[in-house]
Amino acid sequence: MYNRDENEICEASDMTPVSAEHKAFLSRLKKRRVLILATQITLLVAFFALWEIAARQRWIEAFIFSQPSRMLTAFINLSTDGILWRHVFTTVWVTIAGFLLGTIIGTVMAALLWWNRFLSSVLAPYMVVLNALPKTALAPILIVWLGNNVKSIIVTALLISVIVSIITILNGFLHVDPEKIKLIETFCGKKSQTLFKLIIPSNIPTIIAAMKINVGLSFVGVIVGEFLVAQAGLGYLIVYGSQIFRMDWVMLSIVILCIMAAVLYQLIVMLERKFMGWMG
Amino acid sequence: MLDKFVDVQNISMNYHSTNGETEAIKDVSFDIANGEFVSIIGPSGCGKSTLLSIINGLVKPSGGNVFIKGMPMFDMPPGLWQDMKQPSRAEIGYMLQRDCLFEWRSIYENAILGLEIQKKMTERNLAYADELLAQYGLGEFKTYKPSELSGGMRQRVALIRTLSTKPELLLLDEPFSALDYQTRLFIADEVGTILKKEKKTAILVTHDISEAISLSDRIIVLTKRPATIRNIHQISIGTDNRTPMKSREAPEFRKYFNKIWKELDVHV
Repeated sequence: MYNRDENEICEASDMTPVSAEHKAFLSRLKKRRVLILATQITLLVAFFALWEIAARQRWIEAFIFSQPSRMLTAFINLSTDGILWRHVFTTVWVTIAGFLLGTIIGTVMAALLWWNRFLSSVLAPYMVVLNALPKTALAPILIVWLGNNVKSIIVTALLISVIVSIITILNGFLHVDPEKIKLIETFCGKKSQTLFKLIIPSNIPTIIAAMKINVGLSFVGVIVGEFLVAQAGLGYLIVYGSQIFRMDWVMLSIVILCIMAAVLYQLIVMLERKFMGWMG
Repeated sequence: MLDKFVDVQNISMNYHSTNGETEAIKDVSFDIANGEFVSIIGPSGCGKSTLLSIINGLVKPSGGNVFIKGMPMFDMPPGLWQDMKQPSRAEIGYMLQRDCLFEWRSIYENAILGLEIQKKMTERNLAYADELLAQYGLGEFKTYKPSELSGGMRQRVALIRTLSTKPELLLLDEPFSALDYQTRLFIADEVGTILKKEKKTAILVTHDISEAISLSDRIIVLTKRPATIRNIHQISIGTDNRTPMKSREAPEFRKYFNKIWKELDVHV
């Protein structure tokens, strides 16, 4: 957030002639940005370095806590025979599927509930309860119903994200400026035109915000699903690794999950920037 | 032939809420001739805007009816007008209090929103919208986003959006109230001049007395809630080529202002 604001200030200043005072201001901003980034990188390096040293000095038991060098070895071993990539790929596509389905179904359901206020009033208390329910509790039932396969995992991920998506997006739909709705009505617009020309376009930022939440939730659903279904994916690797005491596998999987979450989140931020630019 | 372009007959309107019933408009009747500019002025919250929504057919009144070119807007009393043709609501343009431009659309896309909704995006209509934009100083801003324009320019885009569907009747619901004072004077005068030039029949709702006098041929003064007609003033200002700006300078201006001020009966 902070970085983004600072970027904007710098971009805006490109157009004006630069005074010495302004130059100093810009270089102060730049310095600060470099300092923040450097500290962030240092923290990360220090964390792994400390971990490595602690394990080598036997301050912690490397067999239980693993250590960065072991994780690196595990990474090289697992990736050369392709096992790791298979698991990573499985988790990635299932997460994206769950996340996209959650967003799409969430948007469609929100549109439906916006269209029919009676239905949305009727369903409101059920939505509140479903939203509060820990959806992972449903995962074992889903496995019984849908089978011990990837379908159950996707549905778990979907269930976790869809309710909160519906609530967030519907809330956005219901808060569209009533004057703008009236404007469409003064042109004799139909309800479908209000939906497609006003309600949905004006809520693109809401939908993207829901997507940001959904990425994280979808990961939770996928990992829990993979714990239970136990066939493939990083969730499976974590469970299997901990059962056979290969903690380096477990830790490696968690680090990869961190990277995946960061990449997916960043993709959505890029999408958001694109739309925000488009929206002026 | 169309001496009664709009004929408002015995309109009354009640609001219902769980706390009870509120009488907003009570037995209001007036008519408007073709090409006439009429202002409706009244204390805030007296139901002026509701009256405009009723004339537009957006809100159904509790009683009475509105006739546009002799055609009934509502089926009131029920069954009486079964065989009569309803007026085309697409021929009524409505300008709202705020510009309501869509931020994700360019100025041009905003200007043609009405044509798009009414599925009238013919070459001729689009050319007309283009022409209006160029004529009113927005030609080079067509690709801009609303956020890049000033309040006055935005309000002009809103007017073009309304005019591009070529409405015969224009309803203006305090369209200048969101602007700062100077812009407001300027835009009000400009819009008044544009509407005169395009020979539109118009009804303006406002609480600004001088705005009403400078723009109108006739002013209808409403009472506090429930709104009834207090008085109707024929505004005759003896300048040649009357423009809103000239009207403000005319000697008759003060006379009308004081009279209407007294009738509005403002107690703070």
